[in-house]
Amino acid sequence: MSSTFETVANIIAETCDIPRETITPDSHSINDLGIDSLDFLDIAFAIDKAFGIKIPLEQWTAEVNEGKASTDDYFVLKNLSARIDELVAAKSA
Amino acid sequence: MRIEYFQLIDRVVALDLPADTIRVEADVPQDSTIFEGHFPGHPLMPGVLLIEAMAQTSGWLVIGKTGFARMPFLAAVKEAKFRTFVPPGQRLDIEAVLEHEGSGFAVTKAKTRSDGKPICEATLTFRLTPFPNDHFREQMRATAERLGFPLPAIPGGTA
Repeated sequence: MSSTFETVANIIAETCDIPRETITPDSHSINDLGIDSLDFLDIAFAIDKAFGIKIPLEQWTAEVNEGKASTDDYFVLKNLSARIDELVAAKSA
Repeated sequence: MRIEYFQLIDRVVALDLPADTIRVEADVPQDSTIFEGHFPGHPLMPGVLLIEAMAQTSGWLVIGKTGFARMPFLAAVKEAKFRTFVPPGQRLDIEAVLEHEGSGFAVTKAKTRSDGKPICEATLTFRLTPFPNDHFREQMRATAERLGFPLPAIPGGTA
């Protein structure tokens, strides 16, 4: 997870011009880092490319809107990194 | 091209969904009220409309990729460059390549040429949503037929 987090944090820092040192595994990309949905498209694009996956943003958004999940589940960076690891593992399985 | 109606492309020349590419043509009209203001005595196709033409070109590619299931809405324009002026009456050849189809978004790269000469280019991001209503979707389907969008790529079209 740690290397995944590092990659994600670097992507966020570069894409959103956020100082890298302020981004931690416990950072919430929306509530703490102030990333909006448009900026998150850029982040998703970069993550998809970096890991060779397709982050299911629409599914995650639907789950949050339907109350089946909280934004913490997907947008706190340690959780996001864990989801990415799951997607990478599922792809190579 | 009917600028005032935002119909900025005239025909689909080639659509290659497996290769993620589309090529269209657009004829800039000789006369338009747009040219009365942009600019008086020196008519030029506005750069923002050249961006829109590339967005519409990209949009048809994305619609084709989703099988007319999603409507792309322009969300971001990056690395836009305008290399030369476009006067009235010029034919534009516009190409777009799907750079990435994500979940609920797509990124394309589009280029415009005229007589083989580069005119402009940009990287475009779209949000993809279900069509807001059936009427809208049918209108887009009718527009696709008018543009010569390959019928097999249109749901309900024939080979």
